[in-house]
Amino acid sequence: MKIIVCVKQVPDTSGKVAVNPDGTLNRASMQTITNPDDMNAVEAALKLKDETGCKVVVVSMGPPPAMGMLRELLAMGADEGVLISGREFGGSDTYATSQIIAAGINHIGLEKDDIVMCGRQAIDGDTAQVGPQIAEKLHLPQVTYAAKIEKTGDTLTIQRMLEDGYMTIKVKTPCLITCIKELNEPRYMSVGGVFESFNKPITVFDFNTLKDDPLIDLTTIGLKGSPTNIFKSFTPPPKGVGQMLEGADKATCDGLAEILAAKHII
Amino acid sequence: MDFNLSQEHLMLRDLYRKFAENEVKPLAEEVDEEERFPMETVKKLARYGFMGIPFPTKYGGAGGDVLAYVMAVEELSKCCGTTGVIVSAHTSLCCAPIYENGTEEQKMKYLPALLSGEKIGAFGLTEPGAGTDAAGQQTTAVLEGDHYVLNGTKIFITNAGYASVYIIFAMTDKSAGTKGISAFIVEKDFPGFSVGKKEKKMGIRGSATCELIMENCIVPKENLLGKEGKGFAIAMKTLDGGRIGIASQALGIGEGAVEETIKYVQERKQFGKRLSQMQNTQFQLADMHTRMKAAQYLVYAAAVKKQAYVEAELAGKKGESYSADAAMAKLFAAEAASDVTRRAVQLYGGYGYTREYPVERMMRDAKITEIYEGTSEVQRMVIAANLGVK
Amino acid sequence: MAYNSMDLAAFKDVWVFCEQREGKLMPTDFELISEGRKLADELGVKLCGLLLGDNVEGLSKELAGYGADKIILCESPLLKYYTTDAYAKVICDAIEELKPEVFLIGASNIGRDLGPRCAARLHTGLCADCTHLDVDVPKYLDFLRASSTLDIDNMKFDMEDRNLKMTRPAFGGHLMATIICPRFRPAMATVRPGVMRRAEFDQKKADAVEIVRPTVKLTAEDMHTEVVEVVKAAKKIVDLVGADFIVSVGRGISKNVEQGIKLAEDLAEALGGVVGGSRAVIDNGWLSADHQVGQTGKTVHPKVYIALGISGAIQHKAGMQDSECIIAVNTNESAPIFEIADYGICGDLFKVTPMLTEAIKAQKAAKQ
Repeated sequence: MKIIVCVKQVPDTSGKVAVNPDGTLNRASMQTITNPDDMNAVEAALKLKDETGCKVVVVSMGPPPAMGMLRELLAMGADEGVLISGREFGGSDTYATSQIIAAGINHIGLEKDDIVMCGRQAIDGDTAQVGPQIAEKLHLPQVTYAAKIEKTGDTLTIQRMLEDGYMTIKVKTPCLITCIKELNEPRYMSVGGVFESFNKPITVFDFNTLKDDPLIDLTTIGLKGSPTNIFKSFTPPPKGVGQMLEGADKATCDGLAEILAAKHII
Repeated sequence: MDFNLSQEHLMLRDLYRKFAENEVKPLAEEVDEEERFPMETVKKLARYGFMGIPFPTKYGGAGGDVLAYVMAVEELSKCCGTTGVIVSAHTSLCCAPIYENGTEEQKMKYLPALLSGEKIGAFGLTEPGAGTDAAGQQTTAVLEGDHYVLNGTKIFITNAGYASVYIIFAMTDKSAGTKGISAFIVEKDFPGFSVGKKEKKMGIRGSATCELIMENCIVPKENLLGKEGKGFAIAMKTLDGGRIGIASQALGIGEGAVEETIKYVQERKQFGKRLSQMQNTQFQLADMHTRMKAAQYLVYAAAVKKQAYVEAELAGKKGESYSADAAMAKLFAAEAASDVTRRAVQLYGGYGYTREYPVERMMRDAKITEIYEGTSEVQRMVIAANLGVK
Repeated sequence: MAYNSMDLAAFKDVWVFCEQREGKLMPTDFELISEGRKLADELGVKLCGLLLGDNVEGLSKELAGYGADKIILCESPLLKYYTTDAYAKVICDAIEELKPEVFLIGASNIGRDLGPRCAARLHTGLCADCTHLDVDVPKYLDFLRASSTLDIDNMKFDMEDRNLKMTRPAFGGHLMATIICPRFRPAMATVRPGVMRRAEFDQKKADAVEIVRPTVKLTAEDMHTEVVEVVKAAKKIVDLVGADFIVSVGRGISKNVEQGIKLAEDLAEALGGVVGGSRAVIDNGWLSADHQVGQTGKTVHPKVYIALGISGAIQHKAGMQDSECIIAVNTNESAPIFEIADYGICGDLFKVTPMLTEAIKAQKAAKQ
């Protein structure tokens, strides 16, 4: 049994977000972190490892610096890292990305008792699409928004969150699960884990490793092949100076609520 | 000469920072206010391997080096001086002397529980009449068959009460002066061992500082650490290492104050300007940061030198003494921390004097680093002696 | 003819996935139908509601009343509860057969599970969590003029472009991106709930509904997950950091702490948010430490931050000044909180808060 966890390195948007004058994100000026929801997926995998002794493989697609992130996940307790990296993959949208990652997972090899875990969504794109799309490409059943996972034999019982409650879903391995932050509290690296991490393997899958995989369609990867394209990106106009509302009576409150509703804030 | 940290150390710094920010900082104020030993933090430190950083995995350590350890104390102390000293006293003053002087049996018996953090360690040298003059030990140890009987009182013992294992110094031969002092590994449950009153302190108020009382305390013969009469040498060598730990604590406290002050002066406005726009603020912070940076170089250099010393000694070779390096690191870092935290309070103004902001706690915490594990005056004695100035 | 997502000419009509839970339509369905109506008119095609479930035909009229020309109805006992496998299969089968050019899905937890799965199977693009949709370029340019810092009039656009332009926020609204899917069909989007305006209900349109029933080829073997139970739960207390709406109280509640907190809770509940507090409130033990916003507490960036009786000390502002919209209520008109507030009300929180709660409830009810 092994668990493959898909992770993404993202700019840390919890602090100030730097935007270039042309409306693109100034990534160079921002710290990178492991996407928060992905950390919950890693923790879920490590918990299952604590219980069952299974192997945990962390997989990321991104530029070479993402290797450092994978090393950190190895220092938390994951066993192996795989970095999918190639210029040909750059600029991929979710359809193209999921295709490439699915091919990477295929290359690692997915067995009957394996599980693929992802974070619900990444904070840079907030799409929540790559997880389900990987599942589709690999023909795996998916359970998204997992807030609780229990494993008995080859069956996973998962609490899947809805806006107004939850569903309890049973699914057999192999399957793909996307995790939300309510699932757990991710652990830190450990001091010993940092030293051990340098003795654990990180393998790079480049374009040549994956180009012949049956899941790869060369016409739909990368910037050119991606089904969706960015037509325009832009920054919203700067926030105006705040306004003091007249009075403090019912009319004032009704007026404010009206503004909020008109701006789709509520 | 390479002033860059290795990849391992950079990753560790990241871990230490996250841990300190999330787990230590939120408790710092409360631990100080309530004079409460942060046991819950120690458990978390244990889980992540902070309690055995510079020791081999063979004994349950993290397999790191002295630099990895001092960086941990530094980062923890940035947020909470109390937490820094708990780790420092445990590691430098209890685990290190066992690792460096113990027999293989003693190491296998004591280190795994200590390095995993399941048990906390402490060190008992200071007595009411033997502070800086550590040679004036009054505690005695008399061999009676298969055990020693210890009698005496130790004071100002860090981690006392929470520690399970203590390195205790006692006279086995009163006529032999410092050559008559021996070191023992004493467990808290040994008959005749008890913890006395707890001190009320100015700073590091969450750290437990108590008296230890030994009344006909029975210590098995095999718990003698090193040879009889070698205790003073073990104590001095241990304190050399301990000083690097306290230097790191001071370093962290000072750096923490600089970080907090930088945040504050960029927000606080007076006379229609941010404090950070005033030249006095800029110059003060430039000086404060420079002092801490200099302290950091001294502390890291001492750590690297101690690592080389320990490796040489364990390989049966004569290591190069790091005694003066440790003394300089501690002297400079402690005085820098006191100076920098005091200046931080001044830059904050009235708010700095209140407990609303952490700098007043940092100022109180910093002061102890000029006093314990050898006062600044003792460090100067060590440095001068090393220069041959007698 | 075999399904080919690149044969653009073969695709027409706008489809909206109409999510129902336990036989009840979701409010987002009406928003999407209303929006879909506009897009269908711009494209000169029909608007179809895609409705899946067990015994849900009765919902068709309601959907038509908001603008759907047709309801594509897929019924089966196996579609009673949402499952990815069953819904994705039935929807993809219908799309491959009937070939819509635009397919909209509400970005609910279910829509965002379903959308990507279908897009991957249908070999087409999907844009997540859109907040604005356009076909006509002049209309899109008007939108950009109002909502961006771009110098539109000095930029070149192909005025004949008929692609669906799907606009969405990224990085918490710091950046906006308009996405197109030029080479594949259907162009798919999930749409953020609560953003699109619901149209007026039209009884005539409702009565004129046309229902189409494609063959549902679904067996239990197609489903690899089992729904054991569906539990409706009161909203769990979300922690501050992830909350979209935060109502925080400060020292201003001191004259009646209990009531002050109750009023904040009522307002938070009306908004679907959580209650926070300033340092003073936590230090006095009026709220527990996990409620604290500020330098020593949590840093938050909700959509709306309402500060009740909070003066706005530096350490508090440090924790909330990046909120998308800040509303402050304070009796002291020179309180520093007003410097960073988008909307300020100088008044007594004990009087203002209940009125604001009612006003917000009324607005929300009007949107339903």
